[in-house]
Amino acid sequence: MMKSKADEEEYWNSSKFKAFTFDDDDDEFSQLKESKRAVNSIRPLVEEDDDEDDVEKVSWSGEPVGSIAWSVRETAASNQRTDREPTFPKINTDTTTISKSNSGYSLSSLFKGKSRGGTFQSLTDTLSDSSVRLYAPELRKPKSEYKDYVSDWSPEETVQRMQQGKAVSLEKFRSRQDKLLLLDSAVSAHDGNVITAVLIFLKRTLSKEVLFGELESRETALRHLIQYLTETRDNRTLLELLRSLGRMEDVALLQYKEHLSISDENKRRDFLKSCLSLPFSAEDSAHVQDHYTLLERQIIIEATDRQAERGGKVEIFQKFPRRASILNMPLVTTLYYCCFYHYTEPEGMYSSPLNIRQTFKIPEKQYFVTALSARAKLKAWSDVDALFTSRNWLGFTRKKSPLNFQRVVDILQKNSAPTQVLKDYVALVDDADVRIGLAQKYKCHDIVINTYRDLKDRQLLLGYRGKVERGSVEERKIDELLSNLQMRWKN
Amino acid sequence: MAAHLSYGRVNLNILREAARKELREFLDKCAGSKAIVWDEYLTGPFGLIAQYSLLKEHEVEKMFTLKSGRLPSADVKNIIFFVRPRLELMDIIAENVFSEDKMHSARDFHILFVPRRSMLCEQRLKEQGVLASFINIDEYILDLIPYDGDLLSMEYESAFRECYLENDQTSLYHTAKGLMTLQALYGTIPQIYGKGECARHVANMMLRMKREFAGIQNQILPVFDTLLLLDRNVDLLTPLATQLTYEGLIDEIYGITNGYVKLPPEKFAQKKQGEGSKDLPTEPKKLQLNSAEELYAEIRDKNFNAVGAALSKKAKIISAAFEERHNAKTVGEIKQFVSQLPHMQAARSSLANHTSIAELIKDITTSEAFFDNLTVEQEFMTGVDTDKVNTYIEDCIAQKDPLIKILRLVCMQSVCNNGLKQKVFDYYKREILQTYGYEHMLTLNNLEKGGLLKPQSSSRNNYPTIRKTLKLWMEDANEQNPNDISYVYSGYAPLSIRLTQVLARPGWRSIEEVLKMLPGPHFEERQQLPAGLHKKRQQGENRTTLVFFLGGVSYAEIAALRFLSQMEDSGMEYIIATTKLLNGTTWIKSLMDRPESQTP
Repeated sequence: MMKSKADEEEYWNSSKFKAFTFDDDDDEFSQLKESKRAVNSIRPLVEEDDDEDDVEKVSWSGEPVGSIAWSVRETAASNQRTDREPTFPKINTDTTTISKSNSGYSLSSLFKGKSRGGTFQSLTDTLSDSSVRLYAPELRKPKSEYKDYVSDWSPEETVQRMQQGKAVSLEKFRSRQDKLLLLDSAVSAHDGNVITAVLIFLKRTLSKEVLFGELESRETALRHLIQYLTETRDNRTLLELLRSLGRMEDVALLQYKEHLSISDENKRRDFLKSCLSLPFSAEDSAHVQDHYTLLERQIIIEATDRQAERGGKVEIFQKFPRRASILNMPLVTTLYYCCFYHYTEPEGMYSSPLNIRQTFKIPEKQYFVTALSARAKLKAWSDVDALFTSRNWLGFTRKKSPLNFQRVVDILQKNSAPTQVLKDYVALVDDADVRIGLAQKYKCHDIVINTYRDLKDRQLLLGYRGKVERGSVEERKIDELLSNLQMRWKN
Repeated sequence: MAAHLSYGRVNLNILREAARKELREFLDKCAGSKAIVWDEYLTGPFGLIAQYSLLKEHEVEKMFTLKSGRLPSADVKNIIFFVRPRLELMDIIAENVFSEDKMHSARDFHILFVPRRSMLCEQRLKEQGVLASFINIDEYILDLIPYDGDLLSMEYESAFRECYLENDQTSLYHTAKGLMTLQALYGTIPQIYGKGECARHVANMMLRMKREFAGIQNQILPVFDTLLLLDRNVDLLTPLATQLTYEGLIDEIYGITNGYVKLPPEKFAQKKQGEGSKDLPTEPKKLQLNSAEELYAEIRDKNFNAVGAALSKKAKIISAAFEERHNAKTVGEIKQFVSQLPHMQAARSSLANHTSIAELIKDITTSEAFFDNLTVEQEFMTGVDTDKVNTYIEDCIAQKDPLIKILRLVCMQSVCNNGLKQKVFDYYKREILQTYGYEHMLTLNNLEKGGLLKPQSSSRNNYPTIRKTLKLWMEDANEQNPNDISYVYSGYAPLSIRLTQVLARPGWRSIEEVLKMLPGPHFEERQQLPAGLHKKRQQGENRTTLVFFLGGVSYAEIAALRFLSQMEDSGMEYIIATTKLLNGTTWIKSLMDRPESQTP
């Protein structure tokens, strides 16, 4: 079923990705150039005032003049100019389209139940269609006011009337049984609007226990009620509902979500603490715990650092003023911050990177990347160096890294490390081709030369001679190698 | 203005005209001069239906965007709010109305809900005590908006989220209504096929609505032979993949909204000879993209790698046309040449624009980051190492690449593995929460509910079987002269479109097994036509299928369907409809849980 690895590799190197490499210079790129040239060569010939006549008019923003978005802006703008009479915006008319439009169809005539030529008589049942059709069921009116309505509609008919936007009375659905029949009719009509309307009526006229119990077997209606409660921000009822349904994880997440609307950090922390006892799934529970712990830490660190910064006595805050508060930042950002400002603190301190690593069980690789970026940003090259050699044993100083050295070079380079620093790490890249590529890119001549020497590739070495500076140490080194009779070149 | 809508097999301009008529009728209901207050979101979709001139003819003198506070002054009789049925907008309207009363009270208020009235909103207006201030409360049914000669969209952004996360079927109701409108205009569609829960619901509603209209025979000769309803969750994979067609890439990189794209202006600066460095425009260049533009219609659906050649060919043709002037000797010939100039100049500016866009895109598609990302996507789609933590994703997280990019990839891996191994799932989740913030737990939870990112259940991974049976991966995808739909993703043939293709020939019976592996039921329904409306098909005449994507469709999928329409022996033409035009990024975004405070 699965191809062997070697197969796979060959496969990936094959035609497929050529697709997007465009490496044939005379191919796609030149074609684009060609059409560009053509465009440019044509231009002088038609040095007219910008396409005025050929296409539709376009205002500066590129919006066609006369489009709605354009005129909203335009009329709004003209309105602000109080010194002028309000005038029509200048537009170009498309009267031609209008006069041509003689379509006899109207969407509303098809569905609103308005009778047109008698065709829809069967469902219009002579609606007088007053301009404000009360769509919302009137719930508070005394019963006597309903006498005008014909009120013995079946649940289906009632739903149908609601769908058509006609006035209905729901009050006549008095028994629990009737109410539920009405709800079921609404659900089978799939019109969310009507379902919600019926639910509001039920919520008002049934006890919560009864309603919630009945919804357990009515998934669609239940979802609509949840949606309604969410939209109207009736969180108390919503939580009650979810609890009664035993949807504890939903309860927990919904409750947890609340923290986003709390802006005061201390209140937010306390709220998160109260979330700890919520019935999350095992994994989520651990994440919420971490979230709480993190904010707790951030509040402490922020208070201390803000003071230190204001005090003006701590050098690092003077040299690199903080751009923003650390509150509510993600964990990795916090770790970076601590690696930046609190790198050398003992593990006992809350703001020590080691402490953070320990508390949140940050994986080695994650920690390594973050520390590396932070120290490189500060150009603390000795710290960078120490990161790699710290795990030596028996006195070896061989550099080791949980990250491949190509990525290491990448990170260092992004933090503008000098060649002096880069070359040490480029040299450690395993793959010879990648190593040479990086070495050439970052001008680590020694590495290129040594690699060619190890490959015994005289031709490439000779070729590289042209790329180093005349009379430089590197040139001399190449010459020495080339004239070394002990070398056994392969070419 | 909208001639391109009538070029296609089905004249969609009829739909547009119907919508315009409806709008005029409403405007005339509010007699006298008017100002419209717009829910800004609606101006884009409305622009596809009507220009300002139409409104002006019906005495619309002012237009404003809906904002809280006091309404701008305007000496008009009527104030009309054009709004989506959303509670937060009702609060703003209430504020507007209140502040108005204190100043002077002569103006009449009206509300036009688009696309549908909402009981909840009216309730809210009532609670705020302003419901009685409105003379007209009406709805403007703008369910299906014609985007192009073969494309309709509801632009219902939250449809997928509502259907699959919240189990709210309102969008399906609107879909069914929209389809009834289409049938009223284009005749009853005799055959309905579908796959998925939502498809089933929509079909049920349509059949029921038809029964409710019983007795009224639709006397229009059917334009569509078949309707195919497809749930987006039948094919969660396709939108996650990076689209590689020209139009698809424009959408991926710059985003197309309501047929417009905004581009960085630098490449479009007009350089005239003899002028030095002119100030570069700082505002983005906005372009309209549709088949009314000849060149765009030609290249939009091509694989991007074939666009360069097409542009260069076009350039030669245009150059040659301009050269013609040297051959024009007589006055008549010169006149002839001059008469063609406008058309040629339009072609030239179109070529210039697309050459610039192609250059912009090429800068990105040739970048290492794009290549690496595509490599991983293709590995997943071919089933390589989908059960392990992917180092590229790991690196992207470490570099804190945009969260949506990460989510797209992780979801893709999950879909291609029929759920991630619990260990892998937990690992990604942890990395994401630690790097991007714990509150994204909510988003991950949504993706899980939607089925995009989930731990593997006990059932085995059936994606390889689906891939092989439906030939979702084609080794030799030909990008220049495609012979298969897989060209739109340079190798991957979109599952949704394969299902469509197989349905046309040889039929779904041949893939029963696979259909059972995909979620939701598949079904077939027939709608009776009145006698005399049965089409007498000419020999070799193509059939027409309307494919409706419930929950959204990508431009690459549309391109694949257009490709099928154009295939000589397919015998089928496709018209495409959807709840929303989307790509992986906009899709994931619609599923994210943003803090309440950040929503506008």
